[in-house]
Amino acid sequence: MGMTLTEKILARHAGLAFVEPGQIINANVDLVLANELSAAVAIGVMRQIQGATKVFDRTKIALVEDHFVPAKDPQSAKIAKLMKDFADEQEIVHFFDVGRGGIEHVVLPEEGLVAPGELIVGGDSHTCTYGAWGAFATGMGSTDIAAAFVLGEVWIKVPASIKMIYDGHPGPMIFAKDIMLATVGTLGIDGATYRALEYHGSMIDALPMTGRATMANMAIEAGAKNGIFHADAKTVAYVEERTQRKFLVERSDDDAVYERTVRIDVGSLEPQVACPHTPDNVHGISDVTRDDIPLDQVFIGSCTNGYIEDLREVAAILDGKKIASRLRVIINPGSQKVWMQAANEGILSKLAAAGCVVNTPGCGACFGGHMGTLGDGERCLSTTNRNYVGRMGSPKAEVYLASPATCAASALTGKITDPRILSLAQV
Amino acid sequence: MENSYRGFAHKYGKNVDTDVIIPGKYCNLVDPVELGKHALEGLDADYVANMKPGDIIVADSNFGCGSSREVAPIAIKGSGTSAVIAKSFARIFYRNALNIGLPIFESPEAVDGISSGDRIEVEPATGVVRNITTGKDYQAAAFPPFMQSLIETGGLLPYVERRLKERAKA
Repeated sequence: MGMTLTEKILARHAGLAFVEPGQIINANVDLVLANELSAAVAIGVMRQIQGATKVFDRTKIALVEDHFVPAKDPQSAKIAKLMKDFADEQEIVHFFDVGRGGIEHVVLPEEGLVAPGELIVGGDSHTCTYGAWGAFATGMGSTDIAAAFVLGEVWIKVPASIKMIYDGHPGPMIFAKDIMLATVGTLGIDGATYRALEYHGSMIDALPMTGRATMANMAIEAGAKNGIFHADAKTVAYVEERTQRKFLVERSDDDAVYERTVRIDVGSLEPQVACPHTPDNVHGISDVTRDDIPLDQVFIGSCTNGYIEDLREVAAILDGKKIASRLRVIINPGSQKVWMQAANEGILSKLAAAGCVVNTPGCGACFGGHMGTLGDGERCLSTTNRNYVGRMGSPKAEVYLASPATCAASALTGKITDPRILSLAQV
Repeated sequence: MENSYRGFAHKYGKNVDTDVIIPGKYCNLVDPVELGKHALEGLDADYVANMKPGDIIVADSNFGCGSSREVAPIAIKGSGTSAVIAKSFARIFYRNALNIGLPIFESPEAVDGISSGDRIEVEPATGVVRNITTGKDYQAAAFPPFMQSLIETGGLLPYVERRLKERAKA
Protein backbone atom coordinates (compact mmCIF):
# COMPACT_ATOMS: atom_id res chain seq x y z
CA MET A 1 0.00 0.00 0.00
CA GLY A 2 1.34 3.42 -0.92
CA MET A 3 1.56 6.58 1.10
CA THR A 4 0.35 10.13 0.57
CA LEU A 5 2.79 13.03 0.56
CA THR A 6 1.77 13.91 4.13
CA GLU A 7 2.33 10.32 5.27
CA LYS A 8 5.75 10.15 3.57
CA ILE A 9 6.99 13.33 5.25
CA LEU A 10 5.74 12.15 8.64
CA ALA A 11 7.23 8.66 8.23
CA ARG A 12 10.65 10.04 7.29
CA HIS A 13 10.68 12.43 10.26
CA ALA A 14 9.72 9.60 12.60
CA GLY A 15 12.42 7.27 11.22
CA LEU A 16 9.76 4.84 10.00
CA ALA A 17 9.39 3.14 6.63
CA PHE A 18 5.63 3.34 6.72
CA VAL A 19 2.90 5.15 8.62
CA GLU A 20 -0.87 5.07 8.31
CA PRO A 21 -3.72 7.34 9.36
CA GLY A 22 -4.51 7.23 13.07
CA GLN A 23 -1.00 6.08 14.03
CA ILE A 24 0.67 8.18 16.73
CA ILE A 25 4.31 8.96 15.97
CA ASN A 26 7.15 10.94 17.49
CA ALA A 27 8.50 13.13 14.70
CA ASN A 28 11.60 15.29 14.49
CA VAL A 29 10.89 18.87 13.50
CA ASP A 30 12.89 21.01 11.07
CA LEU A 31 11.57 24.31 12.40
CA VAL A 32 9.54 25.51 15.39
CA LEU A 33 7.75 28.85 15.07
CA ALA A 34 6.25 31.13 17.68
CA ASN A 35 4.97 34.70 17.76
CA GLU A 36 4.93 36.90 20.84
CA LEU A 37 1.52 35.61 21.96
CA SER A 38 2.24 31.90 21.73
CA ALA A 39 5.85 32.44 22.87
CA ALA A 40 4.81 34.35 26.00
CA VAL A 41 2.96 31.27 27.23
CA ALA A 42 5.45 28.74 25.78
CA ILE A 43 8.46 30.37 27.43
CA GLY A 44 6.67 30.24 30.79
CA VAL A 45 5.94 26.55 30.24
CA MET A 46 9.55 25.81 29.21
CA ARG A 47 10.79 27.38 32.46
CA GLN A 48 8.74 24.78 34.35
CA ILE A 49 10.33 21.80 32.59
CA GLN A 50 12.99 20.31 34.84
CA GLY A 51 16.26 19.79 33.03
CA ALA A 52 15.36 22.13 30.20
CA THR A 53 17.73 25.08 30.03
CA LYS A 54 18.43 25.28 26.32
CA VAL A 55 16.37 24.98 23.16
CA PHE A 56 17.16 21.88 21.07
CA ASP A 57 18.75 23.87 18.21
CA ARG A 58 19.02 27.63 18.14
CA THR A 59 19.05 27.62 14.32
CA LYS A 60 15.76 25.73 14.04
CA ILE A 61 13.52 28.12 15.93
CA ALA A 62 11.86 31.16 14.40
CA LEU A 63 10.44 33.89 16.64
CA VAL A 64 8.40 36.62 14.95
CA GLU A 65 6.98 39.71 16.64
CA ASP A 66 3.75 40.27 14.68
CA HIS A 67 0.50 40.25 16.62
CA PHE A 68 0.50 43.33 18.87
CA VAL A 69 3.47 45.20 17.39
CA PRO A 70 4.57 47.94 17.26
CA ALA A 71 3.40 47.45 20.84
CA LYS A 72 -0.14 48.73 21.30
CA ASP A 73 0.17 49.10 25.10
CA PRO A 74 2.52 48.28 27.99
CA GLN A 75 1.22 44.71 28.33
CA SER A 76 1.91 44.08 24.63
CA ALA A 77 5.35 45.63 25.00
CA LYS A 78 5.96 43.32 27.96
CA ILE A 79 5.32 40.12 26.02
CA ALA A 80 7.22 41.41 22.97
CA LYS A 81 10.20 42.06 25.25
CA LEU A 82 9.77 38.67 26.93
CA MET A 83 10.23 36.98 23.54
CA LYS A 84 13.10 39.24 22.53
CA ASP A 85 14.91 38.55 25.81
CA PHE A 86 14.38 34.83 25.30
CA ALA A 87 15.80 35.10 21.76
CA ASP A 88 18.88 36.85 23.20
CA GLU A 89 19.30 34.38 26.05
CA GLN A 90 18.99 31.34 23.78
CA GLU A 91 20.91 33.00 20.94
CA ILE A 92 18.04 32.26 18.55
CA VAL A 93 19.25 32.98 15.02
CA HIS A 94 15.88 33.64 13.36
CA PHE A 95 14.36 36.41 15.47
CA PHE A 96 12.33 39.00 13.55
CA ASP A 97 11.49 42.28 15.23
CA VAL A 98 9.40 45.13 13.83
CA GLY A 99 10.97 46.49 10.65
CA ARG A 100 12.82 43.27 9.83
CA GLY A 101 10.00 40.81 9.54
CA GLY A 102 6.26 41.17 9.28
CA ILE A 103 3.57 38.49 9.46
CA GLU A 104 5.21 35.19 10.40
CA HIS A 105 3.67 33.13 7.60
CA VAL A 106 4.75 35.62 4.95
CA VAL A 107 8.21 36.05 6.47
CA LEU A 108 9.34 32.43 6.92
CA PRO A 109 9.03 31.35 3.25
CA GLU A 110 10.55 34.68 2.13
CA GLU A 111 13.56 34.06 4.36
CA GLY A 112 14.15 30.56 3.01
CA LEU A 113 13.09 28.89 6.27
CA VAL A 114 10.54 26.63 4.53
CA ALA A 115 11.41 23.93 2.00
CA PRO A 116 9.66 20.90 0.46
CA GLY A 117 9.53 17.79 2.59
CA GLU A 118 10.22 19.61 5.84
CA LEU A 119 8.21 19.29 9.05
CA ILE A 120 7.29 22.58 10.69
CA VAL A 121 5.20 23.23 13.78
CA GLY A 122 4.13 26.67 14.90
CA GLY A 123 2.28 28.34 17.75
CA ASP A 124 -0.27 29.75 15.34
CA SER A 125 -3.08 27.96 13.58
CA HIS A 126 -2.15 29.38 10.17
CA THR A 127 1.22 27.59 10.29
CA CYS A 128 -0.46 25.29 7.74
CA THR A 129 0.43 27.97 5.13
CA TYR A 130 3.82 26.31 4.52
CA GLY A 131 2.09 23.36 2.87
CA ALA A 132 2.15 25.59 -0.22
CA TRP A 133 5.87 24.78 -0.45
CA GLY A 134 5.34 21.04 -0.04
CA ALA A 135 6.13 20.96 3.68
CA PHE A 136 4.07 19.29 6.41
CA ALA A 137 3.17 22.23 8.63
CA THR A 138 0.64 22.46 11.43
CA GLY A 139 -0.42 24.77 14.23
CA MET A 140 -0.22 23.84 17.89
CA GLY A 141 -0.71 25.48 21.26
CA SER A 142 2.00 26.91 23.48
CA THR A 143 2.61 23.84 25.65
CA ASP A 144 3.27 21.69 22.59
CA ILE A 145 5.52 24.44 21.24
CA ALA A 146 7.44 24.55 24.52
CA ALA A 147 7.96 20.78 24.26
CA ALA A 148 9.16 21.19 20.66
CA PHE A 149 11.54 24.00 21.71
CA VAL A 150 13.16 21.61 24.16
CA LEU A 151 12.95 18.24 22.42
CA GLY A 152 12.97 19.12 18.74
CA GLU A 153 10.24 16.55 18.32
CA VAL A 154 6.46 16.40 18.62
CA TRP A 155 3.91 13.65 18.88
CA ILE A 156 1.53 13.65 15.94
CA LYS A 157 -1.46 11.55 15.01
CA VAL A 158 -1.03 10.76 11.30
CA PRO A 159 -3.99 12.37 9.50
CA ALA A 160 -5.99 10.71 6.75
CA SER A 161 -5.78 12.71 3.53
CA ILE A 162 -8.59 14.23 1.51
CA LYS A 163 -7.76 14.65 -2.19
CA MET A 164 -9.02 17.98 -3.47
CA ILE A 165 -9.20 18.10 -7.27
CA TYR A 166 -9.82 21.42 -8.99
CA ASP A 167 -11.15 21.06 -12.54
CA GLY A 168 -11.64 23.68 -15.24
CA HIS A 169 -10.20 27.10 -15.94
CA PRO A 170 -11.00 30.10 -13.77
CA GLY A 171 -13.00 32.94 -15.31
CA PRO A 172 -12.09 36.62 -14.97
CA MET A 173 -11.47 37.93 -11.45
CA ILE A 174 -11.28 34.44 -9.95
CA PHE A 175 -8.27 34.04 -7.68
CA ALA A 176 -6.83 31.52 -5.25
CA LYS A 177 -8.91 33.19 -2.50
CA ASP A 178 -12.16 32.53 -4.37
CA ILE A 179 -11.18 28.91 -4.95
CA MET A 180 -10.29 28.41 -1.28
CA LEU A 181 -13.46 30.10 -0.02
CA ALA A 182 -15.40 27.74 -2.28
CA THR A 183 -13.40 24.86 -0.78
CA VAL A 184 -14.18 25.85 2.82
CA GLY A 185 -17.82 26.41 1.84
CA THR A 186 -17.96 22.92 0.32
CA LEU A 187 -16.19 21.10 3.17
CA GLY A 188 -17.65 23.11 6.09
CA ILE A 189 -15.67 24.42 9.06
CA ASP A 190 -15.32 20.96 10.57
CA GLY A 191 -15.35 19.06 7.27
CA ALA A 192 -11.63 18.28 7.38
CA THR A 193 -11.00 18.06 11.14
CA TYR A 194 -7.94 15.85 11.84
CA ARG A 195 -7.41 15.51 8.06
CA ALA A 196 -4.78 16.58 5.53
CA LEU A 197 -6.00 18.45 2.46
CA GLU A 198 -3.92 17.56 -0.61
CA TYR A 199 -4.49 19.96 -3.49
CA HIS A 200 -4.50 18.71 -7.11
CA GLY A 201 -5.41 19.94 -10.59
CA SER A 202 -3.79 21.70 -13.53
CA MET A 203 -5.38 24.96 -12.43
CA ILE A 204 -3.61 24.65 -9.10
CA ASP A 205 -0.27 24.01 -10.82
CA ALA A 206 -0.68 27.33 -12.63
CA LEU A 207 -1.00 29.30 -9.38
CA PRO A 208 1.95 31.39 -8.19
CA MET A 209 3.52 30.29 -4.88
CA THR A 210 1.64 33.03 -3.09
CA GLY A 211 -1.71 31.82 -4.48
CA ARG A 212 -0.88 28.36 -3.19
CA ALA A 213 -0.05 29.98 0.16
CA THR A 214 -3.51 31.59 0.24
CA MET A 215 -5.06 28.15 -0.23
CA ALA A 216 -2.85 26.25 2.23
CA ASN A 217 -3.35 29.07 4.77
CA MET A 218 -7.09 28.47 4.96
CA ALA A 219 -6.92 24.67 5.30
CA ILE A 220 -7.47 25.25 9.05
CA GLU A 221 -10.73 27.03 8.21
CA ALA A 222 -12.07 23.60 7.23
CA GLY A 223 -10.58 22.22 10.47
CA ALA A 224 -7.68 20.49 8.65
CA LYS A 225 -4.42 19.60 10.37
CA ASN A 226 -2.47 20.58 7.26
CA GLY A 227 -2.93 21.52 3.62
CA ILE A 228 -0.29 20.45 1.14
CA PHE A 229 0.79 20.96 -2.47
CA HIS A 230 3.29 18.89 -4.40
CA ALA A 231 6.47 20.86 -5.00
CA ASP A 232 7.18 21.59 -8.66
CA ALA A 233 9.76 23.58 -10.63
CA LYS A 234 8.20 26.82 -9.40
CA THR A 235 8.55 25.71 -5.78
CA VAL A 236 12.12 24.56 -6.22
CA ALA A 237 13.12 27.82 -7.94
CA TYR A 238 11.51 29.86 -5.14
CA VAL A 239 13.28 27.92 -2.39
CA GLU A 240 16.68 27.69 -4.09
CA GLU A 241 16.72 31.46 -4.50
CA ARG A 242 16.52 31.77 -0.73
CA THR A 243 18.48 28.93 0.86
CA GLN A 244 21.41 26.60 0.28
CA ARG A 245 19.77 23.96 2.47
CA LYS A 246 19.23 20.52 0.91
CA PHE A 247 15.64 19.38 0.66
CA LEU A 248 13.71 16.42 -0.69
CA VAL A 249 10.89 16.61 -3.22
CA GLU A 250 8.49 13.69 -2.82
CA ARG A 251 5.16 12.73 -4.35
CA SER A 252 2.17 10.80 -3.14
CA ASP A 253 2.28 7.22 -4.41
CA ASP A 254 -0.10 6.24 -7.18
CA ASP A 255 -1.67 3.71 -4.83
CA ALA A 256 -1.83 6.07 -1.84
CA VAL A 257 -5.08 5.81 0.08
CA TYR A 258 -7.33 8.85 0.44
CA GLU A 259 -10.25 9.03 2.80
CA ARG A 260 -12.23 10.70 0.04
CA THR A 261 -11.89 12.79 -3.09
CA VAL A 262 -13.68 16.12 -3.47
CA ARG A 263 -13.88 17.83 -6.87
CA ILE A 264 -14.48 21.53 -7.36
CA ASP A 265 -15.29 22.95 -10.79
CA VAL A 266 -13.28 26.15 -10.87
CA GLY A 267 -14.70 27.06 -14.29
CA SER A 268 -18.17 27.57 -12.87
CA LEU A 269 -17.07 29.76 -9.94
CA GLU A 270 -17.92 33.42 -9.67
CA PRO A 271 -16.14 35.59 -7.08
CA GLN A 272 -16.84 34.10 -3.64
CA VAL A 273 -17.78 35.84 -0.39
CA ALA A 274 -17.90 34.32 3.11
CA CYS A 275 -20.76 36.03 4.93
CA PRO A 276 -21.00 36.50 8.72
CA HIS A 277 -20.24 34.71 11.01
CA THR A 278 -18.38 31.60 9.84
CA PRO A 279 -15.82 31.16 7.05
CA ASP A 280 -17.90 28.36 5.51
CA ASN A 281 -20.94 30.61 5.01
CA VAL A 282 -19.80 31.09 1.43
CA HIS A 283 -21.89 32.44 -1.44
CA GLY A 284 -21.32 33.51 -5.03
CA ILE A 285 -21.09 37.27 -5.33
CA SER A 286 -24.25 37.68 -7.41
CA ASP A 287 -26.13 36.11 -4.53
CA VAL A 288 -24.51 38.47 -2.02
CA THR A 289 -24.95 41.67 -4.04
CA ARG A 290 -28.65 41.08 -4.67
CA ASP A 291 -29.18 43.57 -1.84
CA ASP A 292 -26.82 46.50 -1.21
CA ILE A 293 -24.37 45.72 1.59
CA PRO A 294 -22.80 49.05 2.58
CA LEU A 295 -19.38 48.95 4.24
CA ASP A 296 -17.58 50.92 6.95
CA GLN A 297 -14.17 49.38 6.38
CA VAL A 298 -12.28 47.41 3.77
CA PHE A 299 -9.18 45.54 4.93
CA ILE A 300 -6.63 44.18 2.46
CA GLY A 301 -3.69 42.15 3.71
CA SER A 302 -2.91 39.45 6.32
CA CYS A 303 -1.17 36.07 6.05
CA THR A 304 -3.87 35.04 3.59
CA ASN A 305 -3.61 37.91 1.09
CA GLY A 306 -0.75 40.21 2.06
CA TYR A 307 1.50 39.32 -0.88
CA ILE A 308 2.89 41.57 -3.60
CA GLU A 309 0.65 39.93 -6.21
CA ASP A 310 -2.38 40.84 -4.06
CA LEU A 311 -1.29 44.47 -3.74
CA ARG A 312 -0.61 44.71 -7.50
CA GLU A 313 -4.14 43.53 -8.20
CA VAL A 314 -5.59 46.07 -5.80
CA ALA A 315 -3.45 48.91 -7.19
CA ALA A 316 -4.53 48.04 -10.73
CA ILE A 317 -8.15 48.55 -9.70
CA LEU A 318 -7.67 51.66 -7.54
CA ASP A 319 -5.02 53.47 -9.62
CA GLY A 320 -6.13 56.99 -10.48
CA LYS A 321 -9.44 56.59 -8.65
CA LYS A 322 -10.77 57.57 -5.22
CA ILE A 323 -12.25 55.19 -2.67
CA ALA A 324 -15.86 55.80 -1.65
CA SER A 325 -16.48 58.64 0.77
CA ARG A 326 -17.25 57.60 4.38
CA LEU A 327 -15.23 54.38 3.92
CA ARG A 328 -11.93 53.39 5.54
CA VAL A 329 -9.59 51.24 3.48
CA ILE A 330 -6.66 49.70 5.34
CA ILE A 331 -3.81 48.13 3.39
CA ASN A 332 -1.58 45.69 5.27
CA PRO A 333 1.46 44.44 3.33
CA GLY A 334 2.40 41.01 4.68
CA SER A 335 6.03 41.72 5.41
CA GLN A 336 8.72 44.37 5.35
CA LYS A 337 9.93 42.91 2.03
CA VAL A 338 6.45 43.08 0.51
CA TRP A 339 6.12 46.64 1.84
CA MET A 340 9.43 47.67 0.23
CA GLN A 341 8.61 45.95 -3.05
CA ALA A 342 5.22 47.69 -3.14
CA ALA A 343 6.94 51.01 -2.41
CA ASN A 344 9.50 50.43 -5.17
CA GLU A 345 6.77 49.59 -7.66
CA GLY A 346 4.86 52.76 -6.79
CA ILE A 347 1.93 50.73 -5.43
CA LEU A 348 1.86 52.32 -1.98
CA SER A 349 1.66 55.87 -3.36
CA LYS A 350 -1.14 54.87 -5.74
CA LEU A 351 -3.10 53.34 -2.88
CA ALA A 352 -2.46 56.34 -0.61
CA ALA A 353 -3.54 58.71 -3.38
CA ALA A 354 -6.79 56.75 -3.69
CA GLY A 355 -7.46 57.38 0.02
CA CYS A 356 -6.21 54.14 1.57
CA VAL A 357 -4.03 54.01 4.65
CA VAL A 358 -1.02 51.65 4.61
CA ASN A 359 -0.34 49.86 7.91
CA THR A 360 2.80 48.34 9.34
CA PRO A 361 2.99 44.63 8.40
CA GLY A 362 1.39 42.61 11.19
CA CYS A 363 -1.59 40.60 12.38
CA GLY A 364 -3.30 43.37 14.41
CA ALA A 365 -6.56 44.12 12.62
CA CYS A 366 -7.26 40.56 11.43
CA PHE A 367 -7.71 39.16 14.94
CA GLY A 368 -9.23 42.25 16.56
CA GLY A 369 -5.99 43.21 18.28
CA HIS A 370 -5.32 46.77 17.11
CA MET A 371 -4.82 48.99 14.04
CA GLY A 372 -8.26 48.49 12.48
CA THR A 373 -10.61 46.92 15.04
CA LEU A 374 -14.34 47.30 14.39
CA GLY A 375 -16.95 48.96 16.59
CA ASP A 376 -20.56 48.02 17.35
CA GLY A 377 -22.68 47.87 14.21
CA GLU A 378 -19.75 48.26 11.81
CA ARG A 379 -19.32 46.13 8.73
CA CYS A 380 -16.01 45.18 7.09
CA LEU A 381 -15.09 43.41 3.87
CA SER A 382 -11.73 41.76 4.39
CA THR A 383 -9.17 39.58 2.64
CA THR A 384 -8.41 37.81 5.94
CA ASN A 385 -9.30 34.24 6.83
CA ARG A 386 -11.85 34.31 9.67
CA ASN A 387 -15.11 36.12 10.30
CA TYR A 388 -16.31 34.65 13.59
CA VAL A 389 -18.31 36.83 15.95
CA GLY A 390 -15.95 39.45 17.37
CA ARG A 391 -13.01 38.33 15.22
CA MET A 392 -12.08 41.88 14.18
CA GLY A 393 -13.32 43.67 17.29
CA SER A 394 -16.87 44.19 18.51
CA PRO A 395 -19.09 41.11 18.74
CA LYS A 396 -21.73 43.39 17.20
CA ALA A 397 -19.65 43.97 14.05
CA GLU A 398 -19.93 41.98 10.81
CA VAL A 399 -17.03 40.65 8.74
CA TYR A 400 -17.31 39.42 5.16
CA LEU A 401 -14.34 37.65 3.51
CA ALA A 402 -13.36 37.96 -0.16
CA SER A 403 -10.45 38.28 -2.59
CA PRO A 404 -8.27 41.42 -2.86
CA ALA A 405 -9.94 42.22 -6.21
CA THR A 406 -13.44 42.03 -4.72
CA CYS A 407 -12.26 44.18 -1.81
CA ALA A 408 -10.73 46.75 -4.18
CA ALA A 409 -13.86 46.94 -6.33
CA SER A 410 -15.93 47.37 -3.17
CA ALA A 411 -13.58 50.09 -1.95
CA LEU A 412 -14.59 52.20 -4.95
CA THR A 413 -18.32 51.82 -4.42
CA GLY A 414 -18.52 51.58 -0.62
CA LYS A 415 -20.60 48.42 -0.83
CA ILE A 416 -19.85 44.78 -1.65
CA THR A 417 -19.23 44.82 -5.41
CA ASP A 418 -18.54 42.24 -8.10
CA PRO A 419 -15.05 43.01 -9.46
CA ARG A 420 -16.06 41.64 -12.87
CA ILE A 421 -18.31 44.68 -13.37
CA LEU A 422 -15.27 46.94 -13.13
CA SER A 423 -13.18 44.84 -15.45
CA LEU A 424 -15.98 44.87 -18.03
CA ALA A 425 -16.30 48.65 -17.72
CA GLN A 426 -12.57 49.02 -18.32
CA VAL A 427 -12.60 46.96 -21.52
CA MET B 1 -7.16 14.55 39.00
CA GLU B 2 -10.33 15.30 40.94
CA ASN B 3 -12.64 12.36 41.70
CA SER B 4 -15.52 14.24 40.15
CA TYR B 5 -16.55 17.62 38.80
CA ARG B 6 -19.88 19.04 39.91
CA GLY B 7 -21.68 22.13 38.78
CA PHE B 8 -24.51 23.66 36.81
CA ALA B 9 -24.60 23.32 33.03
CA HIS B 10 -24.26 26.31 30.73
CA LYS B 11 -25.29 25.13 27.28
CA TYR B 12 -24.16 26.55 23.93
CA GLY B 13 -24.42 25.64 20.25
CA LYS B 14 -22.00 24.22 17.71
CA ASN B 15 -18.72 25.72 16.45
CA VAL B 16 -17.94 27.75 19.60
CA ASP B 17 -14.73 29.27 18.24
CA THR B 18 -11.67 30.56 20.04
CA ASP B 19 -12.44 34.16 19.03
CA VAL B 20 -15.55 34.10 21.21
CA ILE B 21 -13.94 31.99 23.96
CA ILE B 22 -11.27 34.65 24.45
CA PRO B 23 -11.43 37.63 22.06
CA GLY B 24 -8.15 38.62 20.39
CA LYS B 25 -7.80 41.84 22.32
CA TYR B 26 -7.14 39.85 25.51
CA CYS B 27 -4.56 37.53 23.96
CA ASN B 28 -1.64 39.58 25.23
CA LEU B 29 -2.59 38.46 28.76
CA VAL B 30 -0.91 35.42 30.31
CA ASP B 31 -2.37 35.30 33.85
CA PRO B 32 -5.10 32.61 34.02
CA VAL B 33 -7.18 34.61 36.52
CA GLU B 34 -7.11 37.74 34.35
CA LEU B 35 -7.93 35.68 31.26
CA GLY B 36 -10.69 33.94 33.18
CA LYS B 37 -12.50 37.25 33.71
CA HIS B 38 -13.19 37.31 29.96
CA ALA B 39 -14.01 33.65 29.30
CA LEU B 40 -16.68 33.24 26.61
CA GLU B 41 -17.09 37.02 26.49
CA GLY B 42 -17.68 37.06 22.75
CA LEU B 43 -20.45 34.47 23.01
CA ASP B 44 -22.13 35.20 26.33
CA ALA B 45 -20.98 38.42 27.99
CA ASP B 46 -22.75 37.32 31.21
CA TYR B 47 -21.12 33.89 31.47
CA VAL B 48 -18.50 34.84 34.04
CA ALA B 49 -21.01 36.85 36.11
CA ASN B 50 -23.56 34.04 36.06
CA MET B 51 -21.33 31.01 36.59
CA LYS B 52 -20.24 29.58 39.91
CA PRO B 53 -16.90 27.83 40.45
CA GLY B 54 -17.23 24.23 39.31
CA ASP B 55 -19.86 24.92 36.65
CA ILE B 56 -19.62 23.02 33.40
CA ILE B 57 -19.81 24.23 29.80
CA VAL B 58 -21.90 21.98 27.58
CA ALA B 59 -21.74 22.54 23.83
CA ASP B 60 -22.57 21.01 20.48
CA SER B 61 -19.96 19.89 17.91
CA ASN B 62 -16.54 21.38 16.97
CA PHE B 63 -15.98 23.24 20.25
CA GLY B 64 -12.85 25.42 20.15
CA CYS B 65 -12.47 25.75 16.40
CA GLY B 66 -10.31 28.51 14.95
CA SER B 67 -7.01 29.71 16.31
CA SER B 68 -4.35 27.78 18.22
CA ARG B 69 -4.42 30.21 21.15
CA GLU B 70 -3.76 28.18 24.28
CA VAL B 71 -5.21 31.06 26.28
CA ALA B 72 -8.66 29.78 25.18
CA PRO B 73 -8.67 26.70 27.45
CA ILE B 74 -6.59 28.66 30.00
CA ALA B 75 -9.34 31.32 30.17
CA ILE B 76 -12.05 28.69 30.65
CA LYS B 77 -10.05 27.02 33.41
CA GLY B 78 -9.14 30.40 34.91
CA SER B 79 -12.82 31.34 35.17
CA GLY B 80 -13.37 28.43 37.56
CA THR B 81 -15.20 26.29 35.04
CA SER B 82 -14.49 22.68 36.00
CA ALA B 83 -15.01 20.90 32.68
CA VAL B 84 -16.32 21.13 29.11
CA ILE B 85 -18.62 18.50 27.64
CA ALA B 86 -19.17 18.68 23.88
CA LYS B 87 -20.29 16.51 20.98
CA SER B 88 -16.82 17.00 19.52
CA PHE B 89 -13.79 19.27 19.86
CA ALA B 90 -11.65 21.01 17.27
CA ARG B 91 -8.22 19.42 16.94
CA ILE B 92 -5.90 22.07 18.38
CA PHE B 93 -8.25 22.98 21.25
CA TYR B 94 -8.49 19.30 22.22
CA ARG B 95 -4.72 19.01 22.46
CA ASN B 96 -4.35 22.32 24.28
CA ALA B 97 -7.06 21.49 26.82
CA LEU B 98 -5.36 18.22 27.75
CA ASN B 99 -1.96 19.94 27.87
CA ILE B 100 -3.10 22.61 30.32
CA GLY B 101 -5.30 20.31 32.38
CA LEU B 102 -8.79 21.47 31.42
CA PRO B 103 -10.97 18.36 31.68
CA ILE B 104 -12.90 17.77 28.44
CA PHE B 105 -15.41 15.05 27.60
CA GLU B 106 -16.97 13.99 24.30
CA SER B 107 -20.52 12.68 24.48
CA PRO B 108 -23.21 13.60 21.94
CA GLU B 109 -25.84 11.79 24.04
CA ALA B 110 -24.96 13.72 27.19
CA VAL B 111 -25.08 17.03 25.32
CA ASP B 112 -28.53 16.19 23.93
CA GLY B 113 -29.67 15.10 27.38
CA ILE B 114 -28.52 18.21 29.27
CA SER B 115 -30.28 21.59 29.46
CA SER B 116 -28.87 24.84 30.74
CA GLY B 117 -29.20 24.97 34.51
CA ASP B 118 -29.17 21.19 35.00
CA ARG B 119 -26.94 19.98 37.80
CA ILE B 120 -24.16 17.82 36.36
CA GLU B 121 -21.52 15.51 37.77
CA VAL B 122 -18.66 14.04 35.74
CA GLU B 123 -16.30 11.27 36.88
CA PRO B 124 -13.07 11.63 34.91
CA ALA B 125 -11.82 8.15 35.80
CA THR B 126 -14.83 6.43 34.24
CA GLY B 127 -16.07 9.11 31.83
CA VAL B 128 -19.53 8.88 33.36
CA VAL B 129 -21.56 12.07 32.93
CA ARG B 130 -24.47 12.24 35.36
CA ASN B 131 -27.37 14.62 34.92
CA ILE B 132 -28.42 14.92 38.57
CA THR B 133 -31.45 17.01 37.61
CA THR B 134 -32.94 14.36 35.31
CA GLY B 135 -31.30 11.32 36.92
CA LYS B 136 -29.86 10.08 33.61
CA ASP B 137 -26.29 8.81 33.12
CA TYR B 138 -24.19 9.03 29.96
CA GLN B 139 -20.84 7.57 28.96
CA ALA B 140 -18.23 9.92 27.47
CA ALA B 141 -15.84 8.58 24.85
CA ALA B 142 -12.63 7.09 26.22
CA PHE B 143 -9.43 8.95 25.42
CA PRO B 144 -7.15 7.24 22.88
CA PRO B 145 -4.53 5.11 24.75
CA PHE B 146 -1.65 7.52 24.05
CA MET B 147 -3.65 10.49 25.39
CA GLN B 148 -4.74 8.41 28.38
CA SER B 149 -1.12 7.63 29.23
CA LEU B 150 -0.22 11.33 28.94
CA ILE B 151 -3.08 12.25 31.27
CA GLU B 152 -2.14 9.53 33.77
CA THR B 153 1.47 10.67 33.95
CA GLY B 154 0.39 14.24 34.63
CA GLY B 155 0.36 15.75 31.16
CA LEU B 156 2.92 16.74 28.57
CA LEU B 157 5.55 18.22 30.89
CA PRO B 158 6.41 15.03 32.79
CA TYR B 159 6.52 13.32 29.40
CA VAL B 160 9.06 15.90 28.14
CA GLU B 161 11.11 15.53 31.33
CA ARG B 162 11.18 11.75 30.87
CA ARG B 163 12.32 12.11 27.23
CA LEU B 164 15.10 14.48 28.34
CA LYS B 165 16.29 11.97 30.95
CA GLU B 166 16.23 9.13 28.40
CA ARG B 167 18.41 11.22 26.09
CA ALA B 168 20.83 12.13 28.87
CA LYS B 169 21.35 8.41 29.56
CA ALA B 170 21.73 7.47 25.89
